[in-house]
Amino acid sequence: MDFSAISPVSLIVSLMIASTPILLAAIGELVVEKSGVLNLGVEGMMIFGAISGFIAAVTSGSPLIGFIGGAAGGALLSVLFIILTQYLMANQVASGLGLTMMGLGLSALLGYSYAGIKPPASAHLDIAGLSDLPVVGPILFSHDIMIYFSIALVAGVWYFLNRTKAGLILRAVGENHDAAHALGYKVIRVRLLAILFGGACAGLGGAYLSLIRVPQWTEGMTTGAGWIALAIVVFGSWKPWRVLIGAYLFGGVTILQLNLQAVGVNIGAAYLSMTPYIITIIVLVVMSADKKRASINAPAMLGRLFHASK
Amino acid sequence: MLRLEARPNPSKPMQALTPILAVLATMVAGGILFLLLGKNPFEAIRMLFWDPVLGEYAFYYRGQILIKAAPLIMIALGLSFGFRANIWNIGAEGQFIMGAICGGAVGLAFYPMEAFWIFPLMIIVGTLGGMLWALIPAFLKNRFNANEILVSLMLVYVAENFLAAMVTGPLRSPVGMNFPVSRSFNDYPAANNPELITGSGLHWGVVTALFLVIVAYVALTRHIGGFQVRVAGQSSRAAKFAGINPKLMVAICLGLSGALAGMAGIFEVTGPAGNLSTHLPLGYGFTAIIVAFLGRLHPVGVLMAGLLLAITIVGGDIVQTSLQVPKASIQVFQGMLLFFLLGFEILINFRVRLTIKGAA
Repeated sequence: MDFSAISPVSLIVSLMIASTPILLAAIGELVVEKSGVLNLGVEGMMIFGAISGFIAAVTSGSPLIGFIGGAAGGALLSVLFIILTQYLMANQVASGLGLTMMGLGLSALLGYSYAGIKPPASAHLDIAGLSDLPVVGPILFSHDIMIYFSIALVAGVWYFLNRTKAGLILRAVGENHDAAHALGYKVIRVRLLAILFGGACAGLGGAYLSLIRVPQWTEGMTTGAGWIALAIVVFGSWKPWRVLIGAYLFGGVTILQLNLQAVGVNIGAAYLSMTPYIITIIVLVVMSADKKRASINAPAMLGRLFHASK
Repeated sequence: MLRLEARPNPSKPMQALTPILAVLATMVAGGILFLLLGKNPFEAIRMLFWDPVLGEYAFYYRGQILIKAAPLIMIALGLSFGFRANIWNIGAEGQFIMGAICGGAVGLAFYPMEAFWIFPLMIIVGTLGGMLWALIPAFLKNRFNANEILVSLMLVYVAENFLAAMVTGPLRSPVGMNFPVSRSFNDYPAANNPELITGSGLHWGVVTALFLVIVAYVALTRHIGGFQVRVAGQSSRAAKFAGINPKLMVAICLGLSGALAGMAGIFEVTGPAGNLSTHLPLGYGFTAIIVAFLGRLHPVGVLMAGLLLAITIVGGDIVQTSLQVPKASIQVFQGMLLFFLLGFEILINFRVRLTIKGAA
């Protein structure tokens, strides 16, 4: 066993890459849940984004168009969830599960002929001088653009929720949709936009997986990342910056176990592969244990149906 | 313009009608899907629904339908109790795997002993294994308030990896030429779940599944426990007044559904699958969620829905091989079925009124 093979700098870099898909999906789901909707279909939207982004990137040759395609794919799939839960009053838990099954099926169908292809490489930040610095260079100044985008997105969501009127309305809808409706806010429209945003973010996260993290298309490649994103939202107690910390912690665990597998630690690979899921459970338990703290930030209307006639 | 009007009471006829409407809508939408894939939609739908039951080779497929239906029905029966009480066990796939591992390990421990009690013991241990696996999310929910949906799902991935660890480690067959598989249960009579009538597909798991449908029907409609489950799902406040302990309800619903999933797992591994391997999980635990909803969470409905979904699985294989469509198309088909089901449910609680814009 040779632990010196694990370099801390490259560990941090790969940690950020491993965290970004989950971060993107989680920050989208945070906005959805803040509006009072529980969309359990993150996994489905993510994998659908992974394949639609992959196809867009391969056919156009541009990773940027790939990411746009991924976001569009995720948002498109979320439309199904909108129709079911916002217009047909279907149960949100069941609809989310259905969305996940649908996403897994559709992506496998679309991706049938795309297995084994390499996507076009994404551009990395390269600032003369800064990017070449030791330690700081690789950690801060030479990532692919999407990593910076994902962090900017967290800042943007924080600003939107806490400093804008639209964000206040969205939170009001999530806390008490009947009161928000009485004040004249369009509950369904707010939620519709939030769900679309969540779908686009999940799709973007999926596209990051298939275009940068892996990078290729394999069936079922999200392996629970969407579900973990849901857990990260709980971990972050519905606060954008804490979601970022949660996603990075989680990425850290993933990368650490992969590195331990690589240096041949004397634990079976299958046992190490369990750790991200077990850590997620532990995190959920720790964050939910204090009922008071958990319920302070959780949107009061989470998962409840809204019908104006009531 | 279409307007929704809440019904004072859920419509009884619609409750029976919506699953049928959903299946018909799925046939139409599925036909369009096959058309988009460049196949003859009528041929595809015929292969999916007709050929397995009444087609030329149906004598073979009928047995296959029973083999696929048994685990679906068994798991969905357990899930439907929990879903009624708003307790969401979506990790049945993991409980299925753990049942197969625990029960299978018992059988392998006694190899090559021949005794009549080995197979029943394996079934019991497998059932307990699934139950204990499902009691983990129940405990974490009751004690720490952790969401059972996420925990039970995470445990599916843990179980899958545990299965891989077992078949590459302690449970690997010494005569399997280092392949990641366990010893075959089909070659070990005391631990085998054989086909009871050759060619019928009937094995002990099928018999048990049918028996459990009757038990569940009686429990749900005639027993106080069934009443309590229904009340707990409809209103947690009313349940409190009726003296129902919500924590006990969580433990019972998750434990019961886990036990049934574990039982399905051990029947599967000793019979149709034949040995433990990483190919054991076929997604029954997830498909059973659709079965539970399609059966409207009622035991008799689950029986019919399980048979229907089993037909589409067998039919899906026929379509896949004879029309060369990807395996995933059948997954999409099942996803559409769940969507239409959930969508049509609105007809139960709402009336759709056509109103002329401006007049209303």
